[in-house]
Amino acid sequence: MSSASMPAIKSKPVTVSQDIPVSKTLRFWEGLKEGKIYATKCCQCGSLYFPPAADCANCLSTKVEWVELSSEAEIETFTHIVVRPTSFSQRKPYTVAIGKLKEGVKVLAWLTGFKLSQVKVGMKAKLVAKVSSDAELSYEFVPLDKSEG
Amino acid sequence: MDSRRKGIRNDVNVSELAFEAVKPALEDAGLTAKEIGFVALGSAGAGAWYEELLPAVVTSEYCGLTGAGLVRCEAACASGSAAFFAAYSAVACGQAEIAMALGVEKMREIDTQTAMEWIGRAGYYLWEFHNFGLTFPAYYALYANAYMARYGATEEDLALVGVKNHKYAAMNPVAHLQNRITVDDVLSSMVIASPLKLYDCSPMTDGSACVIVGSEEKVRELKIDAPVWVAAIGYSSGTANLSKRADFLSLDASVLASQRAYKAAGLQPEQLDFAEVHDCFTIAEILAYEDLGFCGKGEGVKFLREGQTEIGGRIPVNVDGGLKAKGHPIGATGCSMIYELTKQLREEAVEKSRQVPLKNYVGLAHNVGGTGHYCYVTILRR
Repeated sequence: MSSASMPAIKSKPVTVSQDIPVSKTLRFWEGLKEGKIYATKCCQCGSLYFPPAADCANCLSTKVEWVELSSEAEIETFTHIVVRPTSFSQRKPYTVAIGKLKEGVKVLAWLTGFKLSQVKVGMKAKLVAKVSSDAELSYEFVPLDKSEG
Repeated sequence: MDSRRKGIRNDVNVSELAFEAVKPALEDAGLTAKEIGFVALGSAGAGAWYEELLPAVVTSEYCGLTGAGLVRCEAACASGSAAFFAAYSAVACGQAEIAMALGVEKMREIDTQTAMEWIGRAGYYLWEFHNFGLTFPAYYALYANAYMARYGATEEDLALVGVKNHKYAAMNPVAHLQNRITVDDVLSSMVIASPLKLYDCSPMTDGSACVIVGSEEKVRELKIDAPVWVAAIGYSSGTANLSKRADFLSLDASVLASQRAYKAAGLQPEQLDFAEVHDCFTIAEILAYEDLGFCGKGEGVKFLREGQTEIGGRIPVNVDGGLKAKGHPIGATGCSMIYELTKQLREEAVEKSRQVPLKNYVGLAHNVGGTGHYCYVTILRR
């Protein structure tokens, strides 16, 4: 059944953008500006969290310390996203990967600087902090030989 | 119960679509709306891909169910099974003699790109969408690439799931996509999130399905002629962040939910006559064969290629077309699976060409929410 031809009433449009609190993970976001990627470590049971968490899901402690992560990652999987959602529609297709660091935590982030045909499960990449031109804070995987920043 | 005219339904609003499933369900059971003590609605996109924020309330009023106990269940793509569990629980604990699980979703009132946005946000928005723009196909594509690298599966192997499920959808007059397809059709369709292409993905579907649950006493009192019984419901969940998963070769939530269901039902996977599994993407059906114990780990592709999941094979899977081709109206899918199990177990009203042979009169429905974020496994017997 064709949809376009059906009579319909347009709902009132609404634009939504929430203010997501980052007070408890501020050190992480500030660290990205300094080129550092922090995880949290529970002061009581030693559990390591990435993404960082202000509370420990393992032992319920609320005392955590910040630890800087190493950068070398082994890529466990990836995908190249061609059909993008609205908020990413102005960007070129991008590659997302999940990499495992030597501390044992895994990170999901964009993978840049590789030809898609070179990207393989099991390859090494470097995790780096990134501040975009419009001051958005993020992090990504890049080739090992690429200098930080 | 009923599950009707799936596909693109811009001729009806959410309440009207729900009514299309509620009316035949009540008629099939020989009940009126006033006899329903509790209603659980499965719907995921309220206020996002359709306009109503409280769909349980508006659909209940429209269908004459106002006054019953009422709740909306959200378990992403498993919302329908969560609603079925809520309705079943209301009856099992003695709170209601008769309860209703209603699944409804209207996905086509917004454009595809906006739908990709909403569904992509339905993982962990802060950590996996905000900076990285993951889409729902991309989440499963991460599993597909890891699986292919580990077990040597190919894109052609994945395509075979689509070919099988479209074949059965062509025999199902309420399926959304009733065209038969070939491996080449899948391989030449546009890339959505590599390695998944358009024909590896389930469509965005409008649909509704309704199931009525009664206590054993009430069912006998009402002289329901062909009741189907709940043998077990198993459930589990997985981490919001995909980066916290142990590997990308199976969905832990599916493994745990099915083990719990088999244990509660006192059954082994070999005793199932057939199954409905959650094939939102082709890779998901292969993972399901393994996670549900239909075959060994890494053997899913071989199992598929041998035809073991076709009618005549060891365990026919998704012979209504599955999410892949019957369609995937997110919150309705779980109830639609229960509907198909019931129709097959009753050996009625299913097109003869896709009626599964029944030996033990037991079928399983496997409904995953998100990317293994939620899982419900429901086993029914006659």
